[in-house]
Amino acid sequence: MIPSAAVSEPPVDSPEPLALGEDAPEPTPPAGKGGLFLPPPVQKDQPTWFQERQWKAWEKFESLPLPHRKDSAWRYTTLGKLDISRYTPAAAVDSSAAEALAARSLGGPEVAGRLVTVNDRVVQRTPLSDELRAKGVVFAPMGDDLSAQRETLLRHFMANESVLGSQKFFALHQAHVRGGTFIYVPKGVHVELPLESFHWIAGEGAAIFPHTLVVAEEGSQVTLIDYLDSADRRQNGFVCGVSDLYVGAGAKVTYLAAQNWGEEVVALKMNTAHVAAGGHLTSLHVNLGARYDRLESHNLLAGAGARSDMLSATVATASQEFDQRTLQDHLAPDTGSDLLYKNSLSDKSKTIFSGLIKVAPGAHRTDAYQKVRNLLLSDDAEADSMPGLEILADDVRCTHGATSGFVDDAELFYLQSRGIPRLLAQQLITQGFLTEVLTRLDDPRATARLADLLAAKFERMKPR
Amino acid sequence: MSLKIDNLHVSIGEKPIVRGLTLEIQPGEVHAIMGVNGSGKSTLAKAIAGHPDYTITSGTVTMDGEDILGWESDERSRKGLFLAFQYPNEIPGVSNANFIRAAVQARLGEGEELDAVEYYERLYSKMDELGIPREFTARSVNEGFSGGEKKRNEILQMMMVTPKYGVMDETDSGLDIDALKVVAAGVNAQRGPNLGLLLITHYQRLLNYIEPDFVHVMVDGHIVQSGGKELALQLEDKGYDQFREPSPALVS
Ligand SMILES: Nc1ncnc2c1ncn2[C@@H]1O[C@H](COP(=O)(O)OP(=O)(O)OP(=O)(O)O)[C@@H](O)[C@H]1O
Ligand SMILES: [Mg+2]
Repeated sequence: MIPSAAVSEPPVDSPEPLALGEDAPEPTPPAGKGGLFLPPPVQKDQPTWFQERQWKAWEKFESLPLPHRKDSAWRYTTLGKLDISRYTPAAAVDSSAAEALAARSLGGPEVAGRLVTVNDRVVQRTPLSDELRAKGVVFAPMGDDLSAQRETLLRHFMANESVLGSQKFFALHQAHVRGGTFIYVPKGVHVELPLESFHWIAGEGAAIFPHTLVVAEEGSQVTLIDYLDSADRRQNGFVCGVSDLYVGAGAKVTYLAAQNWGEEVVALKMNTAHVAAGGHLTSLHVNLGARYDRLESHNLLAGAGARSDMLSATVATASQEFDQRTLQDHLAPDTGSDLLYKNSLSDKSKTIFSGLIKVAPGAHRTDAYQKVRNLLLSDDAEADSMPGLEILADDVRCTHGATSGFVDDAELFYLQSRGIPRLLAQQLITQGFLTEVLTRLDDPRATARLADLLAAKFERMKPR
Repeated sequence: MSLKIDNLHVSIGEKPIVRGLTLEIQPGEVHAIMGVNGSGKSTLAKAIAGHPDYTITSGTVTMDGEDILGWESDERSRKGLFLAFQYPNEIPGVSNANFIRAAVQARLGEGEELDAVEYYERLYSKMDELGIPREFTARSVNEGFSGGEKKRNEILQMMMVTPKYGVMDETDSGLDIDALKVVAAGVNAQRGPNLGLLLITHYQRLLNYIEPDFVHVMVDGHIVQSGGKELALQLEDKGYDQFREPSPALVS
């Protein structure tokens, strides 16, 4: 639960509390539209200010237009895949289903803590050690009583607007969000082992709204691994997630997201990262599942010397569509960002990459790199890339480029000449192409774990 | 039983490179081909291995009586042919251990799984024999390997898949003298009645360590002279000019 201490005094960043309760106006859904166009359930167990914010967000959702073909932020997107009238907010699952999913939540052998969430409700947790708790580290679902964290939450919860096109879905998220993972690492504390958070979606037509908030104070260190999965890969579902990462001065944060939703899921995820002076964020998204998956990543290099490595590896198969929009936002001098996104595309799959490097006036001596590589395994696949630069400072080093190509014939011959059948050889080369991104992590365990997930998808696709 | 190349003609695009080459390698034999740069040695090797860019315009290649020219290169390999590349390819992101494992696994029958423990034991013992440090299992195939390390890695693969016929394309070039001895020892350890070898080389030196039964001189896409190992010494001494076909103007 969000801190209830705020009930009596409205938060400073929520200036105009709306009248809620008896005489609150009932919104009217657009004619003929149901599903997520209907108002969200009121979360009576939440503090008033939170309910007010949800209500405000709902009004905002209603006032904003749906993505339109002519929006540049939605260029190339198959908008027909985004029909949210087909889904309803997910209900809690029964305890046997919850147990079954908890048992399927296989992470690494050693973790500092683990949360398993099904349909936005926590079903299992491995708490932090007493030692970490004594140091003030918090790793909790947002459904917990977090009143002790009130200040932090008020400052950071949903504080960054979406700027990459999904404003409407961002509002939808806030109107529905009921839980999520909250991590707080106090100044100077290092959490050596990774924290793991599993998010499951279950039920035909279910919609979930996963939320992640990481606040790593000055000089701290932490790694979070999100695993995103479906209880039943055949079920339709809708995921509308937000993650916010705050990397304090000199802090080091690693965020890994293994997206493995079922192939009938439509997923949107809005990521914002804010890196303070001398902080270092490494984020890696491995994208395997979903019918349509949109990933927005806005990284603010807000303090001098801040650095962000933005990595992504995507395996697009069948008619999957991966829609990736990024902004490397350099606001301070001596900052660095390095983006490497790799996609493999089979069958009739599609990937979209639109990425902007923005260097603000005064962000001198910025180093910003952006590299997108598409490996095409089929003539019917489509990779659209739109890199962009906007540089308003001096002495800046920037490169960007997107390339698309087929598997190298010479490499293929080399593998085949060792007896490896053609399709398998192609698969090995493709896996290698993507694994290269994972090795950038400089964490052999995490690399191996994610490489296994990649391999599992290739195993699923294997020609029999 | 033999690897038999009969009057083979190979073109790249429209350009004939191998022009009527005949050679038979019996199990247990070691043959060496020496020839000037560009005479078509690597073309011959890759054509035998089934490189799709090389067109066989006429002639046959059979392995133990079976015509292999209709087979894809992976099938040729599984049936017992091995080519150690002159310029081995780099495969980014694929670990050397996984690559070799896939090659070994490809030789097992349907549903048969490789025993991982046995595989690694065997891999490590061969690596020790060739003086390849353990960390090379985790490194991407040939990526960032020195020239000599790549060549050792080729021989490692050959040892792991135990072919019936091996074609080694300039495995000696790029090796320092110590590495040459190690690699030669590895090859010699495999020599025996079940392995036929074709060594392609420019240097007599290799043949001091791996003694050939036959030496062939290749010029302009075919063999112009065959003999014993003394032929290599003669080449070292007098060069290739003695074998070059005189131009028609000089003949008349
Ligand atoms: N892909 C290609 N396209 C065009 N010509 C080629 C190609 N590959 C080889 N050639 C030509 O074929 C001829 C024979 O090349 P090959 O590599 O077989 O020679 P080699 O005898 O192995 O030479 P070296 O001793 O230098 O290794 C050369 O003239 C070369 O330029
Ligand atoms: Mg050659």
